[in-house]
Amino acid sequence: MTRRAVISAALAALLAAGVATAARAQDETPKLPRERWSFSGPFGALDLAAAQRGFQVYNDVCAACHSMNLLHYRDLSGIGLTEEQIKAVAASKTYDIIGDDGQPTTRPGTPADVFKAPYPNEKAAAASFGGSYPPDQSVLVNAREGGPDYIYAILTGYTDPPPGFKLAEGLYYNEYFPGHQIHMPQPLHDDQVTYADGTKATVDQMSHDLTTFLYWTANPEEVQRKQIGWRMVLFFGMMAGLTYAWKRQMWSGLH
Amino acid sequence: MIGLHKSTMKNPVIRWIDSRMPIFSMMQNEYGAFPTPRNFNYFWNFGALAMVMLMIMIITGVLLAMNYTPRADLAFDSVQRIMRDVNYGWMIRYIHQNGGSMFFIVVYIHIFRGLDYGSYKYPRELLWMTGVILLLVMMATAFMGYVLPWGQMSYWGATVITNLFSAIPLVGQSIVTWLWGGFSVDNPTLQRFFSLHYLLPFIIVGVVFLHVVALHITGSNNPLGIEPKGPQDTIPFHPYYTIKDSFGLCVFLTLYAAIVFFAPNYLGDPNNFIPANPLQTPADIVPEWYFLPFYAILRSVPDKLGGVVLMFGSILVLFVIPWLDTSPVRSARFRPLYRPFIFVLVASVIVLGMVGAHHPEGIWVILGRVGTAYYFLHFLVIMPLFGVIERPLPLPESISRPVLRPPGAGGGPLPGGATAKPMDKA
Repeated sequence: MTRRAVISAALAALLAAGVATAARAQDETPKLPRERWSFSGPFGALDLAAAQRGFQVYNDVCAACHSMNLLHYRDLSGIGLTEEQIKAVAASKTYDIIGDDGQPTTRPGTPADVFKAPYPNEKAAAASFGGSYPPDQSVLVNAREGGPDYIYAILTGYTDPPPGFKLAEGLYYNEYFPGHQIHMPQPLHDDQVTYADGTKATVDQMSHDLTTFLYWTANPEEVQRKQIGWRMVLFFGMMAGLTYAWKRQMWSGLH
Repeated sequence: MIGLHKSTMKNPVIRWIDSRMPIFSMMQNEYGAFPTPRNFNYFWNFGALAMVMLMIMIITGVLLAMNYTPRADLAFDSVQRIMRDVNYGWMIRYIHQNGGSMFFIVVYIHIFRGLDYGSYKYPRELLWMTGVILLLVMMATAFMGYVLPWGQMSYWGATVITNLFSAIPLVGQSIVTWLWGGFSVDNPTLQRFFSLHYLLPFIIVGVVFLHVVALHITGSNNPLGIEPKGPQDTIPFHPYYTIKDSFGLCVFLTLYAAIVFFAPNYLGDPNNFIPANPLQTPADIVPEWYFLPFYAILRSVPDKLGGVVLMFGSILVLFVIPWLDTSPVRSARFRPLYRPFIFVLVASVIVLGMVGAHHPEGIWVILGRVGTAYYFLHFLVIMPLFGVIERPLPLPESISRPVLRPPGAGGGPLPGGATAKPMDKA
């Protein structure tokens, strides 16, 4: 039958395309390990303790080089920090301002302030790092293929280069970075921070916590979004059932 | 009462208004009593769904514009501020952002419906052509809307697409400079795209009005592709199709909500979370999924001008298919030779979509060329040729009596759709 032949031809074409995709995926960068995240899936909710530990890692380690310009200290209530904690975190930062007398001066941060950036601008950052500036971390998780899995893989992906690999001056080998040569030296080492809740600060643990925090900074609305989402889906689903019954009843009079 | 419209409205206030400005009578005639074929299947929901999508996009878009700043140095952050600091801003934006995709899904199914059931044929040529205009304006609107968040893909997408005009001989480069308002995509480009992105939806509303006017002159086509022969073949639009459209709308909104609330960035590109950077080209510049087939056609020939001509040709050819299709039979259900090729067309468009998402190398180049060749072959050769050589199945007598012979009286196999009662499909 022509029709069957045609459909099988179309399927064959699709299959060929699929094989080609698989072949392309097999270049040198290994597949990202799939981590378990508290926030994934429609029922996912943020692990607040992990996010708070992640903030500590960010604040103690990452913030030395990376900015986070879309976040204000007040936003930290979203990971469960109290008002006092937020005020304390903000007050520990110093901001350059122009004083009432018109002269440059400084003041402590407030919850309304944007996260204190380590460099005044991108050029200053780039100049300190040999021309390549550390990217802003606000939406970094969303800005990379693979999302949280990719960030986690980079943080834990530092190894010695394989024999014969020529590593350029000032670059570091990372298994999961495209091309394997990354400007950032390995940022996390065991026991680099001391967690207040007594969790052991292994590289793995810190990477996991930090990724959870960065996921939240990129998607702060997610918990509320999913809660509303369930109500919306159930509401429209129910309305679909009702309108279908109503439609059946209305049309049953037609012959 | 010379000069006043004879209104049949009961409410005295409404009658007073209606006698002077008969909008209530019009609504009653065009959406209440409007005689509609009784045998629609669910493919006929998608026109109404497109109308709803247009309204959702305009409402959410107006709300977004209240908080958006169309300036190259502020646009990216203003979008993020909407996501973070505007009350329910994330919801409005995700509804709008994913609404673009949903709108295209709806419209593509609506177009497929028209192709499969021959809705473009006499006397509905102009109805179809206004639809193609709608598709074109909608594509322009979507493209400019995608530029507004001013991420990497916004910027480089705008650069690639506007550069297409440079393929025009002699004046190409001047046209591109004129479009940009400068010598590269920059602040002037963003500001004019914002202005046009706000304007074009209202042009769409105007063309939708013409589309509906044309529809209400010829009446709707139906799955059998034969005209209603009398009142027994039609039912009033309200309440029968208003309730059926309401059901379809609820199913659609359930899916739409699932995407908006559970996977709002699934259809997006991670690169658009990086602010536009004119000095850094992303590894892959890929348009949104709904443009991928056209992008694949663009890249299917090694010549730039040729690619541009083919890409625009792939839409423009739709304008003339009412005359390219020579078959006297509308619905492909009664065209055994032609019908399978509609599915080949769909398959070729899907393959082209996949090609558009990949680097043009290896198998993708070949698939892109085969897909493009088939796309044009379908409209330019198969449509005119098959209408002449094909022997269509016998058409049913009427919509309400779709069966040619009583069951068991023998004869050839009946077309599947023709034997079903309208209720079974409803």
